[in-house]
Amino acid sequence: MSAIVVAIVGIGAMALGYFIYSKFIAEKVFQLDPNFRTPAHEFEDGVDFVPTNRYILWGHHFTSVAGAAPIVGPAIAVIWGWVPAFLWVVLGTIFFAGVHDAGAIWASVRNRARSIGAVTGDVVGARARSLFMIVIFLVLLMVNAVFAVVIAGLLIQFPSSVVPVWGAILVALIVGQAIYRLKLNLLWVTIIGVVALYAMVIIGPSVPISLPEKVLGLPTNAQWIVLLFVYAAIASMLPVWMLLQPRDYINGIQLFIGLGILYLSILIANPTVVAPAFNANVPEGTPSLIPLLFVTIACGAISGFHGLVSSGTTSKQINKETDIRFVGYFGAIGEGMLALASILAATAGIATLADWQGLYSKFGAGGVGAFVNGGAAIVANGVGLSSEIAATLLTVMAVLFAGTTMDTGVRLQRYILQEWGEIYNLSFLKNGMVATLVAIGTCVALAFGAGGLDGSGGLLIWPLFGTTNQLLAGLTLLVITVMLARLGRPVWYTLAPLTFLLVMTISALLIQLGGFYKSGNWFLLVLDLIILAAAILVALESASTLAKQLREKRGVETQA
Amino acid sequence: MTDEERSKLQRLRAWLSQARYFVEEAYSVRYRSTIARARRDEEDLFMLLVFAEMMGVPNPATYYTLELQPLLLERFHEWHIRMGMEHSPLENFRCC
Repeated sequence: MSAIVVAIVGIGAMALGYFIYSKFIAEKVFQLDPNFRTPAHEFEDGVDFVPTNRYILWGHHFTSVAGAAPIVGPAIAVIWGWVPAFLWVVLGTIFFAGVHDAGAIWASVRNRARSIGAVTGDVVGARARSLFMIVIFLVLLMVNAVFAVVIAGLLIQFPSSVVPVWGAILVALIVGQAIYRLKLNLLWVTIIGVVALYAMVIIGPSVPISLPEKVLGLPTNAQWIVLLFVYAAIASMLPVWMLLQPRDYINGIQLFIGLGILYLSILIANPTVVAPAFNANVPEGTPSLIPLLFVTIACGAISGFHGLVSSGTTSKQINKETDIRFVGYFGAIGEGMLALASILAATAGIATLADWQGLYSKFGAGGVGAFVNGGAAIVANGVGLSSEIAATLLTVMAVLFAGTTMDTGVRLQRYILQEWGEIYNLSFLKNGMVATLVAIGTCVALAFGAGGLDGSGGLLIWPLFGTTNQLLAGLTLLVITVMLARLGRPVWYTLAPLTFLLVMTISALLIQLGGFYKSGNWFLLVLDLIILAAAILVALESASTLAKQLREKRGVETQA
Repeated sequence: MTDEERSKLQRLRAWLSQARYFVEEAYSVRYRSTIARARRDEEDLFMLLVFAEMMGVPNPATYYTLELQPLLLERFHEWHIRMGMEHSPLENFRCC
């Protein structure tokens, strides 16, 4: 199968989704009103509430939600063959992610732009709100741990990327100073910064860096993980203008350039998809496709993390309510395209089927490494970069994404811990430094516990991360569904995805529970049990809230 | 320079300024609130210094800060509204 055909079918389907399905959702279900006074206007204060141009807002929304997850998830999931992953990404983007993301913004805009957690408290109840906080904390914990494992693996596998990856941080620091202290013209600073970043990508292969095999008894993998969390701790405490702001900005630009190069190369090189459409002989130990596919690919098909971005910052800046369709739904499509590129790189970039099977010798083994190797081959054939430079380019892309998500995650986790300190009056937790250390400590423990000190456990934890992410999406969908039911609007377009997600996540958790028990992985078994408890609570909460809603509706009808 | 060249130059300039606007917005949009809040905190601290004496905190620079008080009137009003106080909390500084 030609990769161009796959890409065109996928992008075409998503385009139809945007032009037809999202129009239907926006007009008939959410009934977006161009005359509604959005919170950005109602509470305009120049700080949080700022009406923003919809293209700018889309760029902000898309770059905030797109991280390494839509690359890693699909690259792991192609182990079942490319067709299941492809279908779930495309259909998930159209019918799940787009509706969920736009819905989260809508729910927030209609509730004075409060966060989806706060809206849950109002719409569903206090119990659901606490549940929300717990699930968010679990998601953040997993995000940080899992991405540390991913980055450490990539830095070991591709030593040529070490210089550009850490150099990118230096570039960001200089850009921050140039803009805030020297007040230089941003347009020029941008151009110079991006050129510097790509210059380092080109230099990278000639100055590969590997850490020593053992330092203080820690293997290489563990050394990188510790270094990464030291960095994340420092980054999350620096003033944002110094590092986070310029780094996110350069990252956003890099995202568009990377996506552009990948699709352009696919178009020029037209590689053949060597992976089987449906993989009949999956390696031993691979869990069954249903339900695991639906938690392995979370971001890229539907992700609860988006709801946090949608309701926390995006909803406060929506200029007109009708912009929600473009910002939310099209943001999800952007992420779907990233996931599609990842699928193509991991299935079409490999030379032969035997090579591909070698990469995917174990569940969770191929993953992001296959994305980089495959993608590099495509880019090398397409735009003619040397394969080493191409591999460095893609590694840098994946690592920078994971890195940004990581230190945003650590920052958010610190806020939650500080909030708990306030609520339960634990004065030591209120301290920013202590809260950061606690956050980092739990993440490091999880990263070591899940992957093993030497990283041999790999990405066993990945599906668990996906599961928690889906639970969060489920909670957001529940809020949207209840709001729609109260307004007397059709609920099926959110209720059906919600039901599907809950069934898939709970059965995935049960299957994994069996797997962890068999392999004697007690650490992950306990984690699985905690998430399972949260999942069952979410399901019960959904059922009882919707049943109550139905009763109320019937009551009104009989009275009338 | 002919008229055509001039209009071309103008269009280029308009395009550049548009590009600059988009780039600058893209840079600031994500952290606008965080930075504005940090600046507001700093300004609040400055206000605290100016009004220190009124709240019973001795301030050796009162002689100089006294002059600033009328200038801060509007900001002070904004601050006490933001803090959830309908009227000025200071006995001898009534702004509304």
